Amino acid sequence: MKVVNQPLRKKDAMALVTGKPVFLEDQIPAGTLAVKLLRSPHANALVEKIHTEKAKLVPGVEAIYTWEDVPKQRFTMAGQTYPEPSPYDRLILDRHVRYVGDPVAIVAAETAEAAEKALKLIRVEYQVLPALLDFRQAKDNELLVHPEEDWKALCPVGADNKRNLCASGGSGKGDVDQVLAGCDVTVEGTYHTLAAQQAMMETFRTYCSIDTYGRLNVVSSTQIVFHVRRILSNALGIPKTRIRVTKARIGGGFGAKQSVVAEVFPAFVTWMTKKPSCLIFTRKESQTASSPRHEMEVKVRIGAGADGRIRAIDVRTLSNTGAYGEHGPTTVGLSGTKSISLYRNLEAHRFTYDVVYTNVMSAGAYRGYGATQGIFAVETAVNELAAKLHMDPARLREINMVRQGDVMTSYDSAQRTDSCALDRCFARVKEMIGWEEKYPARDMGNGKIRSVGLAMGMQGSGISGVDVGSATLKLNDDGGYMLSIGSADMGTGCDTILAQIAAEVLDCSLDQISVSAADTDTSPYDSGSYASSTTYVTGKAVEKAGRKLRELILEVGAGALELPAGELEFDGRRVYAPADESREISLEDIAVRSMCGNNQALEITVSNSSEISPPPFMAGAVEIELDRETGEVKVLDYAAVVDCGTPINPHLARVQVEGGLVQAIGMTLFENIQYSPEGRLRNNSLMQYKIPTRLDMGKLRVEFQSSYEPTGPFGAKSIGEIVINTPAPALVHAIANATGCWFHSLPVTSEKIAMAVLEGKTGVIGD
Amino acid sequence: MKIQIQLNGKKIQEETAPGTLLLDFVRKHGCASVKRGCETSNCGLCTVILNGKPVLSCSVLAARADGGTVETLEGLQEEAAELGAFIADQGAEQCGFCNPGYLLNAIALFRENPDPTDQEILEYLAGNLCRCSGYEGQLRGLRNFLEQKHGRAAEEGGAG
Repeated sequence: MKVVNQPLRKKDAMALVTGKPVFLEDQIPAGTLAVKLLRSPHANALVEKIHTEKAKLVPGVEAIYTWEDVPKQRFTMAGQTYPEPSPYDRLILDRHVRYVGDPVAIVAAETAEAAEKALKLIRVEYQVLPALLDFRQAKDNELLVHPEEDWKALCPVGADNKRNLCASGGSGKGDVDQVLAGCDVTVEGTYHTLAAQQAMMETFRTYCSIDTYGRLNVVSSTQIVFHVRRILSNALGIPKTRIRVTKARIGGGFGAKQSVVAEVFPAFVTWMTKKPSCLIFTRKESQTASSPRHEMEVKVRIGAGADGRIRAIDVRTLSNTGAYGEHGPTTVGLSGTKSISLYRNLEAHRFTYDVVYTNVMSAGAYRGYGATQGIFAVETAVNELAAKLHMDPARLREINMVRQGDVMTSYDSAQRTDSCALDRCFARVKEMIGWEEKYPARDMGNGKIRSVGLAMGMQGSGISGVDVGSATLKLNDDGGYMLSIGSADMGTGCDTILAQIAAEVLDCSLDQISVSAADTDTSPYDSGSYASSTTYVTGKAVEKAGRKLRELILEVGAGALELPAGELEFDGRRVYAPADESREISLEDIAVRSMCGNNQALEITVSNSSEISPPPFMAGAVEIELDRETGEVKVLDYAAVVDCGTPINPHLARVQVEGGLVQAIGMTLFENIQYSPEGRLRNNSLMQYKIPTRLDMGKLRVEFQSSYEPTGPFGAKSIGEIVINTPAPALVHAIANATGCWFHSLPVTSEKIAMAVLEGKTGVIGD
Repeated sequence: MKIQIQLNGKKIQEETAPGTLLLDFVRKHGCASVKRGCETSNCGLCTVILNGKPVLSCSVLAARADGGTVETLEGLQEEAAELGAFIADQGAEQCGFCNPGYLLNAIALFRENPDPTDQEILEYLAGNLCRCSGYEGQLRGLRNFLEQKHGRAAEEGGAG
């Protein structure tokens, strides 16, 4: 392959590294209204009265809106395909505020300063209600987060607002209890992960204006332009055809921007005032009123024979969706399917779950989407099982891991994996870390212990039978091509990756493909960039579109050469007759010809969806140095081997892995989420919420062991999410090998480790 | 109050509100490469070079720069392109939002210390956060830039 599988520079790279003004905030015209939100200081309250008279007197204030001013139909902010599994439980502004940070009023003013000043002058009388802050107490609590009658769930996800249930359900095969009872060794544990923040460097932001045709134009930093259009239509009560959504250059997403976090507010302001407006979230707002990972408590029971054959896995997940249900019913599923399915030949397995409402910030989509939480739990339980069996945990994996050709254990549709190199990934990662020599630990004699840990992971490639990716390819009159897509490059490089696929099919260089994305008016439909879908789903659409465009080019060439298309070939530069190579026409000439007296459009749109979601696989192993006195964990070396099928761009794939590993290291060791007794989030800045710096990770070593996925473009599967799933269990394993303590609750801070060592604890350490 | 700042070689004299942050001042004057990533001087995205030293422009009043010189990436386009190409060749620019801040800080580092070790690079840039790259690709790019600049061979795993 000439273009695919090549480590080419991103098409937009030089604009980014030289600091060109390509982001949303860099392009806001003068005269745009600044939008600010007044947020609730209470975790659960009713707005009794709201006094805005004084605030409206601040010079420059254009408008102030409260719950009385906004449409009354509920919607969800989750960017999902209609009908969304997430319940319709939101209003733009609600009289009932459900967490500290829930918006109470919208202020639009000529300057940000005037808007800030007005915010301070709004006086709100609240009826403060008791708050439901413990997600373990939420189900069937008499306190209801959503008591309202107009709450509704569009899909049968086991939701019931009168029980604080956003979703519930289960699946499985065989009699788990009976098989577990017959196992020689069993392990049972409860694992807790927090609502970690994506913390992309660019916070949420949206700019709105009214165009020449009176339509609402929305420019947003979003992964999901088409879903934004529908959600705004639902929220504002205006037809979708009256709304156009485009994305700006995105300063990081990681799933955060798969929810409509900022868009509805400036959209409402602009629709009401007919004036351009812009809302830029502060970091504090991004930390406290956004769309983080679902907090989960995952109970695992797992049993094996004395020979190390795993016979049954039981997973029960309690997920905290917070005040609203975005992505609640869907994230939870992955905590079971993507963890249990790592293991083959189970005699029985069961996955049950509840997703509950509480009075904390709503959760959303974050890279890994539930799989991260479930894999932390199950992989840690498997490591504990190995300890109990007195077996090398690597050996235990080798006996039980999923292999190519297996029907995946807990998939509903009995999907077989036709591309699985997990065994090779695992073998290689053991070599890279030096498992045989280093497992489990070495006392360095200076109060420090070096130890190793490992884990496996999997994810999906798009949502099977749901996600749609499309591509429009057209020939320009200079022989270059225009590729239009509705997916969203949030830094991942998908604009470039998709162009690489097009260039490979069209036998041209990457420079000959120009990319345009994403615009609901002009792009072909795409569900958006999430669920690890873009390379696999949209990439396949690009491949198909390229092949069809080749046929069209041949047809126009055939007309020009007055030969049957079947006798001609296209080599990327010309259409010619192999039998007589003097009969040829250049691509440029075909392009020019298509623009004069032509009835055949040299343009094609192809949509693609997949009935399966082939999982990428990964093995990760870490070596740490743990200071027994301070509890400090230094990550010395993280070895990761990934099977993402064919890496379309090996450099971009590698950086996806490195970035995901470091996010997960942060989530495991220090990214903490702490609420005050009143429900106020304490970690509301990058000072309080510590994401890793470049001094907080050791060496990362990434390799690929590629399988070939027959349904993917050039054998590709996904890479974006799988990368975040192994560090938590691998690090907790290494910490256990150093201290004898199995930490079941993230993050495993130095303080927790130091206290456990000081108190001479061993075994399971919970919350 | 009236302040005078030499911004990327251009003299600006202007009546400015006393509380104006240097960050807002330079953005207003066309330096959109200077980003705001937090409000607590933790992210390093707003780095500018003030009188030869890198500072966080979110934590410096414009008035403090009165009579001084301020450099941003807008005034260092050639250097940015030369250095940035090595980051681009790793695919480590990713979303790009943090790039101007840390590349400017790297330029400041190389002025102070033309041939730093990896550890010196990591320590100097520790205040420049990035959520996409995991930092490794940035280090590979910076390392390859230095190796080429000093006429040494790039290390393995470098630009492809």
